[in-house]
Amino acid sequence: MSVVQVAAVARRSVVRTARQPASVIPPLVFPVALMTVNAAGLHSSTSLRGFPTASFLAFALAVPFIQGALFATMNAGTDIARDVQTGFINRLSLTALRDWALLVGQLSGVVALGIVQALFYLVVGLSAGVHFASGPAGILVLLVYAALVSLSFGALGAFLAYRLGSGESIQAMFPVLFVFLFISSMNAPRNLIGVGWFRTAATLNPVSYMIECVRSLIIIGWDPEALALGFGFIALIGVVSLTLASRALRLRMTRT
Amino acid sequence: MASDNGIEVEALVREYRKGPRAVDGIDLTVAPGEIYGFLGPNGAGKSTTVHVLTTLLPPTAGTARVGGFDVVKEGAKVRTLIGVALQEAALDPLLTGRDHLRLQATLQNVPKAKRAVRAEELLHRVGLADAADRKVAGYSGGMKRRLDLALALVHSPSILFLDEPTTGLDPQSRTALWEEVALLRREAGVTVFLTTQYLEEADILADRVGIIDQGRIVAEGTPAALKAEIGRPSLHAIPRRETDRPAIADFLARFGEPLESTRDVAIRLRDGLGLTDIVRAVDADGVEVADLELRAPTLDDVFLAKTGRTLEGATEEAAADQREHA
Repeated sequence: MSVVQVAAVARRSVVRTARQPASVIPPLVFPVALMTVNAAGLHSSTSLRGFPTASFLAFALAVPFIQGALFATMNAGTDIARDVQTGFINRLSLTALRDWALLVGQLSGVVALGIVQALFYLVVGLSAGVHFASGPAGILVLLVYAALVSLSFGALGAFLAYRLGSGESIQAMFPVLFVFLFISSMNAPRNLIGVGWFRTAATLNPVSYMIECVRSLIIIGWDPEALALGFGFIALIGVVSLTLASRALRLRMTRT
Repeated sequence: MASDNGIEVEALVREYRKGPRAVDGIDLTVAPGEIYGFLGPNGAGKSTTVHVLTTLLPPTAGTARVGGFDVVKEGAKVRTLIGVALQEAALDPLLTGRDHLRLQATLQNVPKAKRAVRAEELLHRVGLADAADRKVAGYSGGMKRRLDLALALVHSPSILFLDEPTTGLDPQSRTALWEEVALLRREAGVTVFLTTQYLEEADILADRVGIIDQGRIVAEGTPAALKAEIGRPSLHAIPRRETDRPAIADFLARFGEPLESTRDVAIRLRDGLGLTDIVRAVDADGVEVADLELRAPTLDDVFLAKTGRTLEGATEEAAADQREHA
């Protein structure tokens, strides 16, 4: 019966998202727009010695996958916070719904949107002539990775929502998360970053390894180290954020 | 006494960490199939009581059994028996009425084959069939309240909690909701625990009324019995000129105790006196009044007698307190 409950909550999450163009369009358009601008402006970087590919577009295509996940975090968090603010979570608490079913259901919706976003970025990339070095199997792995990133970041958004209970507070976290994206290897391989502190920050930043994991599938092929680091970091973030989110949800659903 | 769909509360206390005792040792019993009106001003402890009885808040002390189950130890069992419409109709503006009912039916474990039929039946019952596929964002306040009631009924509960269900509704929507609640009790034997700050609502709907003020029940009984306790009617005089008010107050003080009133000059009539006695005295003394009215005791009189304040005054006090603490 709990699977049915998860499906019902997930369906609501997807329906809600689909009925809010403001939640669907920006995560699709903005990352692609940023990638296009960067690809045009930074194309000459590819002539640097040691740059891993001749196509900056192929290099930059990894970024939308992570940036889209950040949007998903914000959207999931804001939606859940609204449920707390409006008392909808009390309505859910009064049903036979289990805590974990609510969390899994809400995150299923986020993952579904994450996969749709990933497919959109893939189509854009392939249409623009990007060649996938890891082939169809790599595309499949990339979609799995996109789902994991959405799940982990969505859980982070859910944690913040259950803790803070305010959509405005969640929105205020957006710039903080974006700092992690920008201080990473999103625009240049780490070994080619000239500024010392930036290179150190990018090396310490898990987002760099997530981008490099996706990037490796696109421009290198099968790079075990990049894949291990990327999957390792996202698994770690996922475990931590899911644990925090489920604890926060238990506190929020204070039914006896 | 364990009852199938009754409510039993003993010495219930709920304290908030940084606030006063919202509920301060209340005892009450609601019989199966009874409509119990919980009347009191804002901040009296009505909603906190509902939150405890519906398992949303644990009590600080005391016990409460709903449908024979302990709200602390058997919360999940309580939830299967109850339907709840809380003070804020917590609805998702992006979902339609039908979406809400389907979601609620699924989460309340209504068998799949029955969900659509039950949703349709409830939409018709609360008069939302035509608006079923519209997003809730476009619903009026009355429509939202009706949908809220339908959601509370989706799993055919035997006990219904309605927390100020008609606050903010127009008179027509209010009457429609009263009729629906009365029908539920009459046809399905549903026990109803209804909180309200409207005297008329408690008077019309409730079999018995508990009056709560500052977390304590100050009076309990049938509306008729409570009003009979007060016994004597009140007399209300509207001065012809505002400047006549003190003179009329002095004149009327001969016939009973003065009552607080900003709109008119009012007294509680002494035993044995009637309107004719006052009219004769008014004529004899040449007192000029625009209107004289004799009113039977109301639940507000009961509240006044028990707390020294009118319900309206207590609500204003509570609002002022909230502003002060904000």
